[in-house]
Amino acid sequence: MSMLSVKNLGISFGGLRAVDSVSINIEKGELYGLIGPNGAGKTTIFNLLTGVYKPDTGIIELDGKNITGKSTMDINNEGIARTFQNIRLFKNMSVLDNVKVGLHNQYKYPTFAGILRLPSYFKTEKAMNEKAIEILKVFDLDEEKDIMAANLPYGKQRKLEIARALGTNPKLLLLDEPAAGMNPKETDELMDTIRLIRNKFNVTILLIEHDMKLVSGICEKIFVLNFGTKLANGEPKEVLNNPEVIKAYLGE
Amino acid sequence: MAIKKTTKSNLITIAILIIIYIVCQILIATGSMSNLMKGLLVPLCYYSIMAVSLNLTVGILGELSLGHAGFMCIGAFASSFFSKTMVDVIGNTFIRFTLAIIIGALSAALFGMIIGVAVLRLRGDYLAIVTLAFGEIIKNVINVLYIGIDRNGLHFSMQDSMSLNLLEDGEAILNGPRGITGTPKNATFTIAIILLILTYVIITNLVNSRSGRAIMAIRDNRIAAETMGIPITRFKILAFSISAGLAGVAGVLYSHNISTLTATPKNFGYNMSIMILVFVVLGGIGNLRGSIIAAVILTLLPEYLRFMQDYRMLIYAVVLIALMIFNWNPTCIQWRENHSLKNYLPMFFKKEKEGL
Ligand SMILES: Nc1ncnc2c1ncn2[C@@H]1O[C@H](COP(=O)(O)OP(=O)(O)OP(=O)(O)O)[C@@H](O)[C@H]1O
Ligand SMILES: [Mg+2]
Repeated sequence: MSMLSVKNLGISFGGLRAVDSVSINIEKGELYGLIGPNGAGKTTIFNLLTGVYKPDTGIIELDGKNITGKSTMDINNEGIARTFQNIRLFKNMSVLDNVKVGLHNQYKYPTFAGILRLPSYFKTEKAMNEKAIEILKVFDLDEEKDIMAANLPYGKQRKLEIARALGTNPKLLLLDEPAAGMNPKETDELMDTIRLIRNKFNVTILLIEHDMKLVSGICEKIFVLNFGTKLANGEPKEVLNNPEVIKAYLGE
Repeated sequence: MAIKKTTKSNLITIAILIIIYIVCQILIATGSMSNLMKGLLVPLCYYSIMAVSLNLTVGILGELSLGHAGFMCIGAFASSFFSKTMVDVIGNTFIRFTLAIIIGALSAALFGMIIGVAVLRLRGDYLAIVTLAFGEIIKNVINVLYIGIDRNGLHFSMQDSMSLNLLEDGEAILNGPRGITGTPKNATFTIAIILLILTYVIITNLVNSRSGRAIMAIRDNRIAAETMGIPITRFKILAFSISAGLAGVAGVLYSHNISTLTATPKNFGYNMSIMILVFVVLGGIGNLRGSIIAAVILTLLPEYLRFMQDYRMLIYAVVLIALMIFNWNPTCIQWRENHSLKNYLPMFFKKEKEGL
């Protein structure tokens, strides 16, 4: 059984068919790349998978369970976490608290226990801090834990988004252009980190990326999207040498 | 483990409040406090509670409420009604007043919850409009409402006290525009300051807990919060109900500090809600200590400017603008940091420890 199975997914915005009959199967533990020219519909697919948009057609199954049409919140509880192309951190909260928001459904105590500072508050907060620091260490962000998220440099903000998403303990992690705005050195480090988290956190990853080096370097499979439909799908070598793909990227 | 910076700042605020309380008590005992000031002590506390509780909605939850005085009104009338009917039944003032506070808080929180359930599921600034309407409606409803009690129970009317048809042992408690008279005056400065500290502790503890983080996450980025699996509407309603309930507590203090409780545009109207909002904005959105400072300064100021008569509001406006600049202007912020107490009295401020 696939971790993610998408059949015939589609959505229109007014007259524009932004995504049309897209089918993808991602196996457990795979690192999958989603590429395509600007405006191809990549982010829209992420928005469909996470319930931000409801699809007009198609079925989305996560780990064998139909999650089509569920709310964003429920889909996260089912096990999909994501990052955003235009960073959406909790800007006025500390780096540590951003990750702790990610841990919200993993560690629980009632509101009144927090207000009355009951023992469960101290116990759970301690466990949350430890877990959050553990995740932050993976991204080399533990030194910055008390800094306001808005004050982090751009590259670290992208990393913090991934850390926060991992906090929700996902089965499937969707990364929307994680290397955007990073310099080559940072991009290299990020590639290592992505590989590392796949193994350490036992998570399946689907990532959108424009940086071909990153995509061909770490993805085991690639899906190429053009004008909302599939252009090619398969192993990086064959896909990136596909004349159709080259044409779509370089223009006629 | 070192105490966290936020915890420390909260403890400082509470210490300042306690010191102010002690100083006031000494001034009263030595007879050096004016009657004007004595009369303002409880109001200063309930305005501060109003400002701090509104800051939960505006600063922490990030929603605009224009009817905070409406919740104060609910708390005032519900608790007053309770105290007046129970004054002979429950002899112990402490127990009766404690129950009155709880009733005032719960009834205001209930209205907050009803409004929240209706409005907070929507996206956009509907809360501002609905709370504005709520504040006006509640005041007008109370002005036409008559409630009496006799041995058969409660009687309601929307016309006058005669149509309550009370038995001869009965008594009309709420008399429409004449409100409730003869509420026991149980609100002392001591209780008021305790309630202010409690309000402050409830909100700061909430903010620094799992639910508080969820609430602030919603404020900072709703879509990202949803993607983290947070039930948006539930936490919005939670924060708004707590904010309303604490405004109800302010209402209890208000109604147990005066002999005749009426709902007028002056005490529970739109102007009052806006004034509280001004406290919050000037004190700093999300800054609870600032809310208290702004509430105190802006309540005392008009009282002490009375001798200026017509120029009073002019000066008030100038002070508002000056405070705003002092709070938000970058040069002023820089100046404040350079001249902060920490630079003059470094021995009292230990360096923040690095790391865990
Ligand atoms: N909410 C929306 N309403 C209307 N049109 C939309 C909406 N969201 C996306 N679109 C359109 O759908 C198309 C695909 O957009 P999408 O953001 O998915 O592209 P993308 O592949 O992520 O591009 P990029 O590489 O620039 O991020 C675009 O033409 C875009 O304008
Ligand atoms: Mg995109």
